[in-house]
Amino acid sequence: MTVMPVKTEALSLLDRPNSYIGKTVPRPNLDRLMQGRGLYVSDLELSRMAHVVFLRSPHAHARIAAIDVAAAKRMPGVIAVVTGKELASVITPWVGVLSHLKGLKSAPQHAIAIDRACWQGEAVAAVVATNRALAEDATEAVQVEYEELEAITDMRTALDLQTPVIHTSLGDNLAFERVLDAGHVDQGFASSDEVVEAEFVFGRHTGVTLEPRAVVADWNAAEARLTIYQGTQAPHMVQNIAALHLGLQESQVRVVCKDVGGSFGIKVHIYADEMATYALSKLLRRPIKFVADRVESFNTDIHARDHLCKGRIGVKRDGTITAFEIDDLTGIGPYSMYPRTSAIEANQVVNLVGGPYVTKNYRARARVVFQNKNVTCQYRAVGHPIACSVTEGLVDLAAARIGMDPVDIRRRNLIADDAYPCGSPSGLKFEKLSHHASLNKLLGMMNYDALRAEQAELRSKNIHRGIGIASVIEVTNPSAAFYGVGGAKISSQDGVAVRLDAQGAVICHTSITEQGQGSESMTAQIVASMLGVSMERVRVVLGDTDNTPYGGGTWASRGAGIGGEAALQAAKVLRKNILDVAAAILQATAAELDIADNVVVNATDGAPRIKLSELAGIVYFRPDTLPPGIQPELIATRHYVPRQYPFAFTNGVQASWLEVDTDTGFIRLLKHWVVEDCGTIINPQLVDEQIRGGVVQGLGAALFEKCIYDERGQLTNANMADYLVPMSGEMPDIDVGHVVSPTLESELGAKGAGEAGTAGAAAAVANAVNDALRPFRAIITEIPLTPQVILTALGRI
Amino acid sequence: MTAPLPISLDVNGERIDAHVLPRLNLADFLREHLHLTGTHVGCEHGVCGACTIRVNGEIVRACLMLAVQADGSAVETIEGLSDSGEITDLQAAFRDRNALQCGYCTPGMLIAAQDLLKQNPEPSRDRIREHLSGNYCRCTGYQAIVDAVEATVRSRTGRAA
Repeated sequence: MTVMPVKTEALSLLDRPNSYIGKTVPRPNLDRLMQGRGLYVSDLELSRMAHVVFLRSPHAHARIAAIDVAAAKRMPGVIAVVTGKELASVITPWVGVLSHLKGLKSAPQHAIAIDRACWQGEAVAAVVATNRALAEDATEAVQVEYEELEAITDMRTALDLQTPVIHTSLGDNLAFERVLDAGHVDQGFASSDEVVEAEFVFGRHTGVTLEPRAVVADWNAAEARLTIYQGTQAPHMVQNIAALHLGLQESQVRVVCKDVGGSFGIKVHIYADEMATYALSKLLRRPIKFVADRVESFNTDIHARDHLCKGRIGVKRDGTITAFEIDDLTGIGPYSMYPRTSAIEANQVVNLVGGPYVTKNYRARARVVFQNKNVTCQYRAVGHPIACSVTEGLVDLAAARIGMDPVDIRRRNLIADDAYPCGSPSGLKFEKLSHHASLNKLLGMMNYDALRAEQAELRSKNIHRGIGIASVIEVTNPSAAFYGVGGAKISSQDGVAVRLDAQGAVICHTSITEQGQGSESMTAQIVASMLGVSMERVRVVLGDTDNTPYGGGTWASRGAGIGGEAALQAAKVLRKNILDVAAAILQATAAELDIADNVVVNATDGAPRIKLSELAGIVYFRPDTLPPGIQPELIATRHYVPRQYPFAFTNGVQASWLEVDTDTGFIRLLKHWVVEDCGTIINPQLVDEQIRGGVVQGLGAALFEKCIYDERGQLTNANMADYLVPMSGEMPDIDVGHVVSPTLESELGAKGAGEAGTAGAAAAVANAVNDALRPFRAIITEIPLTPQVILTALGRI
Repeated sequence: MTAPLPISLDVNGERIDAHVLPRLNLADFLREHLHLTGTHVGCEHGVCGACTIRVNGEIVRACLMLAVQADGSAVETIEGLSDSGEITDLQAAFRDRNALQCGYCTPGMLIAAQDLLKQNPEPSRDRIREHLSGNYCRCTGYQAIVDAVEATVRSRTGRAA
């Protein structure tokens, strides 16, 4: 591991003897999951619980002329059949906009469609029955009279004057537009020797969490309280939104989140069918369970990407990049998603293109248009894969044009490692990145020169292998700049409460959430290290708005950097409180004492003085023996939010080594390398596994994943057999290395690592494919890179 | 819909007698009737492998089998395999290698991996990847799972890591 120079004093706390920080330790919650003894929402059963199944529009765009529910209501087991109009008496509609995305507009969206369905899969009625099968039977008996309307599906023509406007009240189909013109772009292109242009195409894909979205809503009419059990990344956000639209106070809503079967950004939003489930519980005064089936998941879980991005790059013969320019277009479905909006991805593309490079000349336009397809919104690495693929694709095309090695052009243009702090043309602030150190490390790991030699040798045998490299910057640890400033009630701060119990064990409540990243483990490692207790004595509680501090949750690569710092600060205070009590008991001063291995010891020689269990016993059961005036506080709470930098940027670089079969168009991934700089590493294994999992999601986008709509807005592959995802057989081994540049804004120094893998994987693969196909003069700027795309580019079909 | 039919079967060593609708699949029977919620439902059309269980010693997808078809069978789920100790070493290898994140695929993945190791005590890395290629994991990227299975092969065959 290459360690960049960092502040030395602050690290001493992290480097305490027996520290768990920087060590691989197993996650405490794994046995439960491995034995099938977890508690996912889909496992949950409550007394009097009923099941809701939604009848969904088969049309992409249709007026709902009439709904006849009489026959369905007579079906066995049916408790209620509820239309959008009826449910609107319990829950208000919403509009997914944020004020800092200037000009972003959207139309009011209802929990269940009223009068009009705007995408195939929008709910038009809810059937509640004693079990799911009976509810499904009864949906078939609901008679809906539709008048089909023209479906707007092609984003390229969505803004044409002759194209009908989906929401007439909005005036046009443009949801959002952003333009940026920084530096001297025209001058930059004029001063270049070559200008290379390309149009990049990104398929629409989705998250495919293995556990579908699931919610149990339990309105207790006697308590006037709603308990929502939901697999969500952001419990306090759900609490706020549910209360707001059901006319309740937040104190009347409790959100509980136990085990979550995958999230990846899919479960950070609030979906219309989830809102409907909350409302149905209130309406019917009993617990209601909704679990999406897989077809519903494909039709209603947010989709992502679906961008067409034209790009230009200017380059001099010596490899100097003189300017970047992009024109991005994306289709987001009929509504901007709530409450995070569907304009963030395009906005991020504008922010991030060209970000690793020195040139200050950058012009961008992004347009976000409505269409009659499922909604899109933030999915893992929001905008980054687009920006990275466009930037890195252009850089490779420029290098090829001037006959320069892809590594050399990057070395010439990546921001120097000693240039920080600095900014990007789009206004991003970089505290400390390590592009060159990361690239050097990557080249060593992959043995770049040897691979090039192997590639050349195999080419002579008609075997076509390619190397692709992609540098990445990544937004992590977002401050209020992401959502709060735009008016969304989404917390950017997190809180942790740490308590010493009577037997010397530690219980820790945190507002971040766990979906398998290792939030529990990471929190326990920090708390145990700061307190000097062993990790098995630390229990972490999360995912309950009644019992944890208020906070944002786990998304946008923020759990370790923000929640981890709050844990560190809380544990520091508790440690001080413990030592103050110990000093009083031992007639010493706190400065003379330390805690190690669950025992208060002498700071100087480590000699044991009093066990934490004994100390806690005195505090809780024999406070009468303490000196007068001593009131111990064996609980401490601290919150944290970054203030100095709106985002803690990380960087990394990835490389792909693959083989293209030019007869079949199949791609075989041989190896993938990643070097990543997420600052302080709390648990190396967990970081590496976040990177690997993220890379594989990016590889899915690169090779397989695409929601295929026909021209009428019908999703034609809404099942797992037709929508392909990476499986173990075709995935490569992935080597992960690190450079460590901690953020100085927090004492912990951790930045995020959850999305970096996804950000750069597709760019590395696409560059490798073009590298492999160079002898054929074929250039592909489209993902997924299906055999059909490859063979078409080769002129074989 | 027709009337419920009687079935008798052995689930994790326990005799179960029940009346079930002919259309009820085995995954729903295990989860909703027997409350064995370790058998997960991911796709309900036989693709994802989350509902993998053992019936008469063979691995099957519980979502593709009707409960009535299991009449007279011996069914083993993740709860049973965990309690019997049959896969304790495999579970330990998964824990040490962090071969699971959200854990939703894990019961099916463990049962599929154990099936391979019973058939083939020393599978190659490619063979492991191939055998697990019917079990979908969205979190890990598979490498840690393959590593954990390889580690179990090494420990079972008495070879050092």
